Amino acid sequence: MTATTVHRSLPRYGGFTLGMIALELRRLIRNKRTVVFSVVMPPAFFLLFGTSADYRTERAGDGNVTGYVLISMAVYGAMLATTSGGAMVSIERAAGWSRQLRLTPLTPAAYVAVKLTLAMIIGLVSVLVVNVTGLFFGADLPTGEWIGCAALAWVCALVFAAFGLFMGYLLPSENVMQILSPALALLSFAGGLFVPLDALGHTFATIAKFTPVYGVGELARYPVTHSGHLWQAVLNVIAWTLVFSAGAMWRFRRDTARV
Amino acid sequence: MFLMTLTASTDLAVPGTQQPAVHLDGVVKRFGTVTAVNGLDLRIRPGEVVALLGPNGAGKTTTVDMLLGLSQPTQGTVRVYGRAPQEAVALGQVSAVMQSGGLLKDYTVEETVRLTAVLFGKPRDAVRGALRRAGIADIADRLVGKCSGGQQQRLRFAMALLPDPELLILDEPTTGMDVGGRREFWDAIRQDARGGRTVIFATHYLEEADAYADRVVLVRRGRIVADGTASEVKALAAGRTVRATLPGARPADLDAIPGVESSEIRGDNVYLHGQDSDAIARHLLTRTEARDLEITSRNLEDAFLTLTADEENPA
Repeated sequence: MTATTVHRSLPRYGGFTLGMIALELRRLIRNKRTVVFSVVMPPAFFLLFGTSADYRTERAGDGNVTGYVLISMAVYGAMLATTSGGAMVSIERAAGWSRQLRLTPLTPAAYVAVKLTLAMIIGLVSVLVVNVTGLFFGADLPTGEWIGCAALAWVCALVFAAFGLFMGYLLPSENVMQILSPALALLSFAGGLFVPLDALGHTFATIAKFTPVYGVGELARYPVTHSGHLWQAVLNVIAWTLVFSAGAMWRFRRDTARV
Repeated sequence: MFLMTLTASTDLAVPGTQQPAVHLDGVVKRFGTVTAVNGLDLRIRPGEVVALLGPNGAGKTTTVDMLLGLSQPTQGTVRVYGRAPQEAVALGQVSAVMQSGGLLKDYTVEETVRLTAVLFGKPRDAVRGALRRAGIADIADRLVGKCSGGQQQRLRFAMALLPDPELLILDEPTTGMDVGGRREFWDAIRQDARGGRTVIFATHYLEEADAYADRVVLVRRGRIVADGTASEVKALAAGRTVRATLPGARPADLDAIPGVESSEIRGDNVYLHGQDSDAIARHLLTRTEARDLEITSRNLEDAFLTLTADEENPA
């Protein structure tokens, strides 16, 4: 009998391995929808809305308006990418894959860690693609500040990885991004990412400060603009991270409870 | 009225010398007001191939879920090789082929098995081995979404083989397969079980239980109604028929034979029905001129229908 000769032990880190991340990444790239959302759409939007001749010459903070739009689109791309990364759990739950994984040593916490890592990897790819596009199409920002903006756009997108995870557990849909993508566009308008808040009127601008995209946008642009309410933006990012993480934890506990 | 449980198979186990592969002790599972499993006691020895047979809603899948640690019993204990099921699953001591789902369409067959290997910390060649043993090495690069139902089931089987489990659980493994697919799947399982693996499969296909199990555990309404070899279970419900050539037999004489419940004469042939076919045969051979004896059970389907009929039995 084979039983007695097999050495059995549990994996380290609850099954969180580079091998799994590599395989998951391969699958992610195979999904055209994800690629379009996170790698094609954001630079396309940048080219569409940010590269007119006026924008290239007009100044905004330490750079030109094209640079300003570039940062906004990098934030938008990172947001879409990390949300879709987190929302993968919805598809996997619908397919019964999460249940299958419970028949392996992978712990639920390691599973979530893998999803967050993946979300941040595609978020990074999205930010890089948008910024490289900007490099060739007239964005003008001081190098140090440019890198600072890109880094902030990426790091702050963790909020949306948590958001995607929360929605992925909340919505039983196989096409959760069809709901989330318009929702993110709406939140981007509301948070002053596509249109400056000053253009929206006082009441709306006040409400906007409490929406989740506001903080990330303000923070990511801060190295260039040096303007806006820094502490309000930081508070906004922290508060929404807490809200989405708490929501994801709540649904996650419910999902993995052994009834 | 019939005997509720057979104990014939337990005498093979030597108490205290062998850890049971599965030990269910007074297991009850309720979902709200519905009782899915109602007091299951079951011991399965290593190396046994056991069919968990019952109609839909009998509590088979609920039992399988508890064996895999996917759900907890409301009462009683579940032990797999002496461990909590969750722990045995994480160690790869027990694995399962589930009924449906559990696969991602945009992985290839090979990637799906490789991911399982990564999680269980198994080397790359274990992947090839599992694909080969499940008979899907030739479609390794196919996307899961493009595989047929039978191929997907063999993929689940390959994943289940990867940790080299001591106990393999199959939950209605051939649902939705065509006849050919079913035979190929069972050939693979049978081949594998020769190595001494314990196998438990839930099924409502009687012929599968009959053909592949050493032991059949018949479940109805969350309780075990019969437990024994396929032929024991058959005999339990329907008894056996002893046919013999006995010219000139008289009905009254036949009915007087100990153990005979009913009899029939067709020409020179007599057909005697009863639970204790051995006693009937012995009587025929020693006290009468009967020759050319044949003992047959009714098929498992009859047993199944009799035992799982939805009437309460006053014991």
